[in-house]
Amino acid sequence: MKQQKQLSVSAIENGTVIDHIPAQSLFNVINILGLDHCSNQITFGTNLDSKLLGKKAIVKIADKYFENADINKISLVAPTAKLNIIKNYEVVEKKEVELPQMVEGIIRCVNPKCITNNDRVKQKFTIESKAEVSLRCFYCEKITDQEHFEFV
Amino acid sequence: MKSKSLVSITDFTKEEYIKILDLAEEFEKNPNQKLLDGFVVATLFFEPSTRTRLSFESAVNRLGGRVIGFTEAATSSVSKGETLKDTIMTVANYSDLIVMRNPIEGSARFASEVSKVPIINAGDGANQHPTQTLLDLYSIRKTQGTLNNLNIVMVGDLKYGRTVHSLLMALTHFNPTFTFISPAELKMPMEYKLNLDKLGIKYNERTDLAEYIKNADIVYMTRVQKERFSDPIEYEKVKNAYILKNKMLEGSKDNMRVLHPLPRVNEINEDVDPNPKAYYFTQALNGVYTRMAIICYILGLKK
Repeated sequence: MKQQKQLSVSAIENGTVIDHIPAQSLFNVINILGLDHCSNQITFGTNLDSKLLGKKAIVKIADKYFENADINKISLVAPTAKLNIIKNYEVVEKKEVELPQMVEGIIRCVNPKCITNNDRVKQKFTIESKAEVSLRCFYCEKITDQEHFEFV
Repeated sequence: MKSKSLVSITDFTKEEYIKILDLAEEFEKNPNQKLLDGFVVATLFFEPSTRTRLSFESAVNRLGGRVIGFTEAATSSVSKGETLKDTIMTVANYSDLIVMRNPIEGSARFASEVSKVPIINAGDGANQHPTQTLLDLYSIRKTQGTLNNLNIVMVGDLKYGRTVHSLLMALTHFNPTFTFISPAELKMPMEYKLNLDKLGIKYNERTDLAEYIKNADIVYMTRVQKERFSDPIEYEKVKNAYILKNKMLEGSKDNMRVLHPLPRVNEINEDVDPNPKAYYFTQALNGVYTRMAIICYILGLKK
C-alpha cells in the first residue's frame, strides 16, 4: 500500500499552481485560460489520486500570475480548484476560485434561437445558481446548465 | 443620457407599470394629444404582425409623430447579410425611438446595448413581449376595477405562450390565484410554478375548461401556435384541445371577461363574439392607449 504521498509534478520557482482540478476538466481549464497560446513554461499532471476528487489534475505555470477576473472563469468547470501563488519556491498565498458575477464568451448559449448563435454577438451570462453552476443568458434569458456546457 | 428601453417585463418596477396604466387611461379619455410632433419612430418588424405593428403606428400617428420602418426582413439589407448591430446603429441615426419585433431571441436586449435611442421590444421570438403584458394588465384593471386578488384562468398553450408567461410574472405583484388549463403536453413550465411557490401564490392545474369558468374573473385564452412546433403532427393532435363556446359562459360571474392576445384560430368560437363578456377586440384597442403611454413615458414626455 502506498505510504508516501509524492507530488508527481515538479515544483516551480515562481508562478501559479492550480490544484484540485477534476481530471476530466483539465483541458477545459487549459483552454479557458488560453494556456495553449501561452509561452511560459507549463507543467501539468492528470489522473493523480485525490481524497477530495478521486482523480485530480494539477497545472503549474511558471512566472505567471493571474487577475482574479481571469482565473475565476475556471470555476465553471473546476469549482473546487485551489490556487497556490509561488515566489522563490514558497507558497506565499493560497486562493480559492469563485464564480464571477458575469461570464462572457467561454460557453455557448444552449438556445439555437439566441442572438449569440445567429449573429456576431459575444455570449454573456449571469449566474442562475452557484450550487448547480447554471447560467442565465443575458440576451435570450434561457438557462444553460453545467450538463450542457459547450465551450466556444 | 439615453432613456431606458423596454425589453423585458422585469425591466420596469410595479410602480412604473401602474404609472403607465394611469397614463394609458388618460390617453383613452383624450387620445389625440400631439406630444410626438417632430418625433420619428422606427418600426422594425422582421416577422409578421397585424395588431402590434399597426397599434404602435396608430399610437405614434395619434400623438402627431411620424413612422418609418420595414415590415419584413426581406425588404431590408438584412437580406444582404447585414448584422443586427449595423441595422440598429443605422436606424438609430434616423429616429428617436425604435420599436422592434424579431424572431431571434435576445435581439431586443442586444439592440438596446448598441442603440443610442431607446428600444421597445415588440416581441423577440418566444422570449418577451412586454407591451402585450401591459395592455393585458390595462384590460384587466379596466374591466375588474383593480388588479388585486383576482381569479385568473389561463387556457391553451401554457408551455410556449410568451404572453401567458409574461402576464403571470407581472400579476405576481398583485396577489392573484391562478388556474392553468391545458393539455398535458402544453402545461405551464416548472420554472414558473416554482416561482409561484416561492412567492406563496396559489394555483391549480386542470385539463377541463368548462368547469373552471364559473369562478373566474378573467379567462385568458391562447392560441396553440403552429409556428412554435417543430413537429406538425404533434400540432395537429393538440390544436383543437380547448375551444371556448358561448354556452360555456352560462353561470359565469357578471364581471368575468374573456381575453385573448389574438390572432385566434378556432379556440374561441365566433358564437362568443356577441356576448358582452367577450373582451378580446377591445383588448386590442387598449393596445393603442397602452403603447401611447409606453412611448411617452420612455421618451420622458409624460412622467
